[in-house]
Amino acid sequence: MKHRPVLDVSELPTYAFGARSPMWWGTLGFCVLEGTGFALAVGAYLYLAFLNPQWPLSASPPDLIWASLLTAVLLVSVIPNYLAKKYAEAEDLPKTQIYLIVVLVLGLAAIGLRFLEFDRLHVKWDQNAYGSSLWALLGLHMAHIITDVADTAVLLVLMFTRHAHGKRFSDVGDNAFYWNFVVLSWLPIYALLYWGPRL
Amino acid sequence: MSEAFAAPDPKELRDHQIGGPELTARLARTWGTKRGLIGALSTVDHKIIGRRYIITAFLFLFLAGLAAVAMRLQLARPESRLIGPDLYNQLFTMHGTTMMFLFAVPVMEAFAVYLVPLMVGTRNIAFPRLNAFSYYVYLFGGLLIWVAFMLNIGADIGWFGYVPLSGPEFSPGKRADIWAQMITFTEVSALAVAVEIVVTVLKQRAPGMTLDRIPLFVWSVFVTSFLIIFAMPAVMIASTFLILDRLIGTHFFNPAEGGDALLWQHLFWFFGHPEVYIIFLPATGMVSAIITTFSRRKTFGYLALVLSLIATGFLSFGLWVHHMFTTGLPQLGASFFTASSMMIAIPNGIQIFCWIATLWDGRPVFRTPLLFVLGFFFIFVAGGLSGLMLASVPLDTQVHDTYFVVAHFHYVLIGGAVFPLLGAVYYWYPKIVGRLMSERIGCWHFWLAFIGFNLAFFPMHITGLMGMPRRVYTYQPEMGWDNLNLLSSVGALIFFFSFVVFLWNTITSARSGSLSGDNPWDAGTLEWATSSPPPPQNFDRIPVVTNREPLWAEREMLPVAAGLSVENRELIVSTVSEARADLREASPEPSIWPLLAAIATGITFISSIFTPWAVVWGSCIVGVMLIGWFWPKGSKEDEE
Repeated sequence: MKHRPVLDVSELPTYAFGARSPMWWGTLGFCVLEGTGFALAVGAYLYLAFLNPQWPLSASPPDLIWASLLTAVLLVSVIPNYLAKKYAEAEDLPKTQIYLIVVLVLGLAAIGLRFLEFDRLHVKWDQNAYGSSLWALLGLHMAHIITDVADTAVLLVLMFTRHAHGKRFSDVGDNAFYWNFVVLSWLPIYALLYWGPRL
Repeated sequence: MSEAFAAPDPKELRDHQIGGPELTARLARTWGTKRGLIGALSTVDHKIIGRRYIITAFLFLFLAGLAAVAMRLQLARPESRLIGPDLYNQLFTMHGTTMMFLFAVPVMEAFAVYLVPLMVGTRNIAFPRLNAFSYYVYLFGGLLIWVAFMLNIGADIGWFGYVPLSGPEFSPGKRADIWAQMITFTEVSALAVAVEIVVTVLKQRAPGMTLDRIPLFVWSVFVTSFLIIFAMPAVMIASTFLILDRLIGTHFFNPAEGGDALLWQHLFWFFGHPEVYIIFLPATGMVSAIITTFSRRKTFGYLALVLSLIATGFLSFGLWVHHMFTTGLPQLGASFFTASSMMIAIPNGIQIFCWIATLWDGRPVFRTPLLFVLGFFFIFVAGGLSGLMLASVPLDTQVHDTYFVVAHFHYVLIGGAVFPLLGAVYYWYPKIVGRLMSERIGCWHFWLAFIGFNLAFFPMHITGLMGMPRRVYTYQPEMGWDNLNLLSSVGALIFFFSFVVFLWNTITSARSGSLSGDNPWDAGTLEWATSSPPPPQNFDRIPVVTNREPLWAEREMLPVAAGLSVENRELIVSTVSEARADLREASPEPSIWPLLAAIATGITFISSIFTPWAVVWGSCIVGVMLIGWFWPKGSKEDEE
């Protein structure tokens, strides 16, 4: 078929931030499907909680201290995460590097706190269905923290190489988006596992 | 929001500077796949990967079909000693599992992977490396369960793997673990493709393809992708819980320690019912495409069809409990699910009437694809009617787990999905291969399939009402089920033979079919605007869409966008609803890393059946592969 040019696209930009970028939509897609996974795991926990006359089953709920510290760390991390994204969009490399380091350190602290907590839970996964669903939710969320911390680490290293320009700044924005999802998805789990049994 | 206004490199050759065969050849070099094994394994071309997906899915169809033939031979007469109970359990599990997880869902996604970028007028699917990864993961999952079957460790717990049968107490050994991990493989792959399709449709449509100009097939797989995104995590959670119960002693499904067996059924069917629509909705898209083309008029009720797709998608999440009517749920709950099961007949009915109206008002041309669509009408409507019966709790209670249900879902799935799919193969084969399939053999294929199918499955309604339960490996002569079973077995053999005819047609037509040209059916959508088979770049210049059937509106000259690079992989990213050209983004180059990452993922999943620590060290290997995948290699795409 013969062509009749009606539109010139040669002057269009080659990348953009936020919802204009396909990667943003891809990240959103994965957040939605993983969020569905969280919702269903929470659903399973609630289902078992309603089914059993006593819940938690023969164990006290996990101590507040470690998870509350972790929640605080995650909430604080949102600020440097926002700044990393903001400076990435301004393509300010030194500031982007600094805030990525802060996010990474806070992420590593969150992983450390989680491991400390694992040793101090009052129930094991193979003790009863309460233990199983508690460990499943904590494990599922920890997998997300580790994934994004690893992603942040790789991105940070990249930002110190010759590749640190252009589209990589857009990657920082998408990484920040995913980290917000990791933080946000923790809050209902925290309320459910730690405050639910104390109501 | 800031953005980068990179001035185009003045030295870079752009597609308005050259034209004709030179443009085609240069773009084909830029977008092509390298020769040799490494080149083939590194490809990110959606057409090559889509073709592999389609062929692999059909191979699994034949394997699962052979399992069905074996079962029908065993059931042809009472007290047959051909197949023992243990092998029979494996056969029906492999048949159902393969058909649902390795054939039906992947084949629909496969057609989407091949067709969607062409139909929306772009050069590759979004996230093409993820696409390559998804194919390999799917392939490894399928190989896992079939190699295990060959080694006599085939799954034997039924395709929905109910606990407690599939739990640690009643299924020692590795059969159930292999089944559960196969689920993980296929769901990872399906979810990845779903995200790719969503982003391709939202962000890579040709300029001018507003929401109301999106082809109906694309709409159907778009809605399906959302169903996958919301439904498939449920079965992944379920299969993970199952494997945890089996391997590290958790108690999700163990009532003695506060778990619950019905939790499995809820999680499984929360996925399992939308699954039916994940298979069916793309088939309706195929029906719309075929009917429109062969009626020679625009689809009647485009808006109603799109809204029906979306309504069906929503309602499909409100039906899962109708698989559980006999589990003693509260009556109010059962009534709710009866109502929603009946309600979903409304959008489906609207679709059927729109198609009939299109045919009625058009000038139908009865070629093989349309024959299969007519077969679909007949069989699917029959299956829908038995579905309405099953939506009612008292009737469902009577025929639960009998051959009546087997008849029903084969009418719905084969009638609703496989017949349109076969029509779609005849319809798009010339685009994919460049040659038309034989019409004469196609006619034979259709009639053998139609007669064989009805002969095999209609009698099952009656054997079911007579009380024959599903999944029994034999029955006594005094039950009076023998003649009907013999009839079903004869029908099944004819039906299987029709697929042999089909295979013969696809193979011989690839060599000696008549050349198809760009648009053999005089269809209106964009995939027919390029050569058959399409070049690696799909289109020499990106079309600009002015109409819902662009090729019917612009018969002489195709309006196009110009200005993309010829030397580097560039495509147009457009805005979500109005599809205005917004960016010219680089598209990823071929890479071997997706294959390496898929191998690492495969090793992790399979090893985790034997030791939970595999999850830890396996994740590290996967992590390394992913870093290799994403690390910039200095190409134009990386350094933009």
